[in-house]
Amino acid sequence: MIRDALSKGTIYGLLFVGGGLMLLPFFWMLSTSLKTPNEVMLMPPRWFPAHAEWQNYVKAFQMAPFGRYLVNSVIVTVLSTLGELITTLLAAYAFSRLAFWGRDVLFSLLLGTMMVPGEVLLVPNYVTLSKLGWIDRYEALILPWTASVFAIFLLRQHFLSVPKELSYAARVDGAGDFRFLREVMVPITRPALVTIVLLKTIGSWNAFLWPLIVTNSREMRTLPVGLTAFTTEAGTAYELLMAAAAFVILPMIILFLMLQRHIVEGLSRAGIKG
Amino acid sequence: MEKPTLTSTLKALLYLAPALAVLITFTVYPILQSLLLSFYADYDYFRDIVYRYGLDNYRFLLQDPDFHLALRNTAIFVLGVVPASIALSLAVAFLLNSRIRLRAFFRTVYFIPTVTSIVAVAIVWRWIFHSDYGLMNYVLSLFGISPIHWLTDPKWALPSLILFSIWKSLGYNIVLFLAGLASIPETYHQAARIDQASAWSRFWHITFPLLSPTTFFVSIVSIIGAFKVFDEVYALFGGSPGPLKSALTLVYYIYLKFYREQDYAVASAAAYVLFLITFVFTLIQLYIGKKRVHY
Repeated sequence: MIRDALSKGTIYGLLFVGGGLMLLPFFWMLSTSLKTPNEVMLMPPRWFPAHAEWQNYVKAFQMAPFGRYLVNSVIVTVLSTLGELITTLLAAYAFSRLAFWGRDVLFSLLLGTMMVPGEVLLVPNYVTLSKLGWIDRYEALILPWTASVFAIFLLRQHFLSVPKELSYAARVDGAGDFRFLREVMVPITRPALVTIVLLKTIGSWNAFLWPLIVTNSREMRTLPVGLTAFTTEAGTAYELLMAAAAFVILPMIILFLMLQRHIVEGLSRAGIKG
Repeated sequence: MEKPTLTSTLKALLYLAPALAVLITFTVYPILQSLLLSFYADYDYFRDIVYRYGLDNYRFLLQDPDFHLALRNTAIFVLGVVPASIALSLAVAFLLNSRIRLRAFFRTVYFIPTVTSIVAVAIVWRWIFHSDYGLMNYVLSLFGISPIHWLTDPKWALPSLILFSIWKSLGYNIVLFLAGLASIPETYHQAARIDQASAWSRFWHITFPLLSPTTFFVSIVSIIGAFKVFDEVYALFGGSPGPLKSALTLVYYIYLKFYREQDYAVASAAAYVLFLITFVFTLIQLYIGKKRVHY
């Protein structure tokens, strides 16, 4: 449609300029992360470092316990994703395949909670976790995030689209609900499950406000929290700061580049919040 | 589905138990508890005793200049980010939708900021906004513009935050618009072309109206998201709400009351004000959205 109004060259030109602006901060991060301290402060700036200072990454890693932050981030991301996957599979199955009293009321109630911003939950959840003595522990970082109404809703939609006849056939063959869920529903809805897992992984890896609040000690920080603390620790050493930012940013970009089809399609299908 | 029985209900409960345990403890209970907390007028927090309930916390918010500032800043932020982000992402989505080669490549490029940590890219932008050695001021200097103190001048704090947030939000909106554009049947355009409608009039009379449900949805989602801005502020201004609180937003206010001042009751009241604001937009989406925007 727009091809008639603008020439092909103009379209490409605009897209390249726009795309360049989108990527420029990442390029600048990588370029700065490989410069010497003197090069960083050059004006006019140098687009590429004279030679790559890979040492900066080692230095940044030694200046703050980034190894520990990384381990924490991986533990929190893996366990909360796994937890959400399990609770979601079971609950979505119940809401789509099992008959029980109060099902519709319960489902509407849960959907209703999606309207409430997460910030409303901060104070009571903090208090609950303090009472349990879980502040500054993995429990606080993981447990509240092991179930999601949005994920249950999304998977239930997919489960509902699986023909009922399959359940009947399985029952005739003597398969119970759990076996049916594991051996039929899970393989059939795999693309949806992959989307749910990916969105959760990205969300969990990037989460900031909650880990900021429930961690006190350095040892419990996740990467984003550790990184913001590092901005004061690194002072004006922007080359180290950019190297540290790259640790946090690159894993998700790589994951996205490998599996983008699932993420983009899942988002456009689900549409609702990320 | 069959009629529910006692046995089938018990069985379903078994399947629901893990999710419900988490959701009741960490979602349903806190929603109610923080509503209650927002009405605590006189209380001994550590002994868990409430002497009196009342509207004191809300009254406090009405009078607190910081809260007014937070509301104002958040409103400016929403107005600064949402229309610009929608216009730009719509434009990019149109360009991408023109059946060009490299479409998937460009979509990937524009989407990359969306999957990255807000905090981490904000720190990169902090460096770009640096008043002496930042890329931004260097580029401006090529046009003869003297250095701007992006993050340290109270006048420029919000514009910097807005600029960064537009960049961050484009990818997600582009993906939603592309999905919306893909759902418009090609036949309308073919018919219009036969009638020799110009590209411009086809855009205004066909694409734009048919895309309106998507535009509406993207607007509401963006507005609600923008009202909750926090990570961006924290990371861009190094754990402060900007110079002279010039980038103090609603959620930042909640964070300060809750975490720095331990004033849980006021924090809860402020959180409920946020809920009220986002709820209005949710209602608009639910009711007006369904009636008006379909063709």
